[in-house]
Amino acid sequence: MTVKNKGISRRNFLKGLGAGSAAMLLPSALPAVASSSETEEIATLLDISKCIGCGECVRGCSEVNESKYPEPKKPFPVMYPTSRVEVEDWSDKRDVDDRLTPYNWLFIQSAEVEYNGTLHEINIPRRCLHCQNPPCANLCPWGAAAKQKNGITRIFDNVCLGGAKCRTVCPWHIPQRQTGVGLYMRLLPKFGGNGVMYKCDRCYNRIAEGQQPACIEVCPENVQTIGPRSEILAKAHELADKNGWFIYGEEENGGTNTIYVSPVPFDLLNRAIDKGAGKPGLQPVADSMADEETLATAVAIAPLAGIAAGIIKAGHYLSSSAKGKNNE
Amino acid sequence: MSNIIFARLFKITVFFIALTGAAQMPVFKRYYISDIPGLGWLADFYLTNKIHYALGAVLIFMVMYLATEYILSKRNTLQLSRCGVVRASLFAAVIFTGVFRVIKNLPYVTMDPLTVMMIDWTHLSFAILLGITALTALIRGRSSYFEEGRVERKL
Repeated sequence: MTVKNKGISRRNFLKGLGAGSAAMLLPSALPAVASSSETEEIATLLDISKCIGCGECVRGCSEVNESKYPEPKKPFPVMYPTSRVEVEDWSDKRDVDDRLTPYNWLFIQSAEVEYNGTLHEINIPRRCLHCQNPPCANLCPWGAAAKQKNGITRIFDNVCLGGAKCRTVCPWHIPQRQTGVGLYMRLLPKFGGNGVMYKCDRCYNRIAEGQQPACIEVCPENVQTIGPRSEILAKAHELADKNGWFIYGEEENGGTNTIYVSPVPFDLLNRAIDKGAGKPGLQPVADSMADEETLATAVAIAPLAGIAAGIIKAGHYLSSSAKGKNNE
Repeated sequence: MSNIIFARLFKITVFFIALTGAAQMPVFKRYYISDIPGLGWLADFYLTNKIHYALGAVLIFMVMYLATEYILSKRNTLQLSRCGVVRASLFAAVIFTGVFRVIKNLPYVTMDPLTVMMIDWTHLSFAILLGITALTALIRGRSSYFEEGRVERKL
């Protein structure tokens, strides 16, 4: 397993180093996020035409979130049935940064794509997209995941049992599991649960304190912008309209709070990037919870229909018994 | 529809709603149950969730129909047994928390994470309690929700 970021040229590395040093000299000019929106979800805009793949965001994420990473104790409990339950242990592979792991919540995908006769070298920071209606949180049977009012979807590591249902139902299979930690160790470690699921929490604690998420703060190229979703979408459309670019994340899975803009169509990028476990694609994604939304209407109508049917039945019963009494 | 057919439909609905509810936990694949021919669908979280929603609507319809009919026409002649009261209350609690679960999953609703956890835990707890109570009633031969015989209400 490689621990080296792919697609980082020496030229880009030096460019990033220079820009990073310059950024360190500048005061933090970006506005506080916490107070930016009390009523609207916060979203991020990623202009991937700017990303040089320097990996500063990946390192920044690791440094800031290191205290949240799991510290499992070994040996792990034997989990039954042993032929089916797999141990997922990343604790000895903490340096892996070319995919998502419980110890790496952000990585960079790279692709070379020819579009309109031009070769584009594209780098794409990948992490949880923080869906507006997240299936990971909606379908967690244990209440271990939820979306905050500010649009951040979190998995609570002190509650999660590590069943990995969130990873299965996530269209991008983002959350990653670490065995041997969490609540399941105190319940039925042999027969239920398998650790804790981890993913980007968009530095919720830093946002609560009015700071930027680490990946945004350390980026030397200002790839990311954060703010109320309507403003972020307006910026994304402005960029797309002005340059003939493409947008990903606005409609995917019913809408996410991570909006990518790219000079290259996303279907070409999706074909060019390395995909697999911990390496999400950029495919079109229909709204995973759309059918549930329709069925919710049936749930809303059901009690009224039941009462109406009950009244009709009771009416028949009462009128027939009244007739019976009259006949007597 | 005769009462017998209605009762059978009610039992089938409750069976499949309990099955698809249990399927929301990632256990059927782990314990090879979904490997049994014909039961592969139990490992499909989206499918089982949709069936759970649909049967939830059917269950609410049936329960509200029965409750309305009972209150309007049979309250004076049929008395709920103690075990019947417990089970009816647990049904109400499961349905109530289930409806909250449906509401919290709507795209334009965001609930506090602690509230979400409480909804999930109470829904699960009430469903387990209902299952235990129903099974106990069945084993003890007290599956009827009503007192034996008709109870004439004194006027």
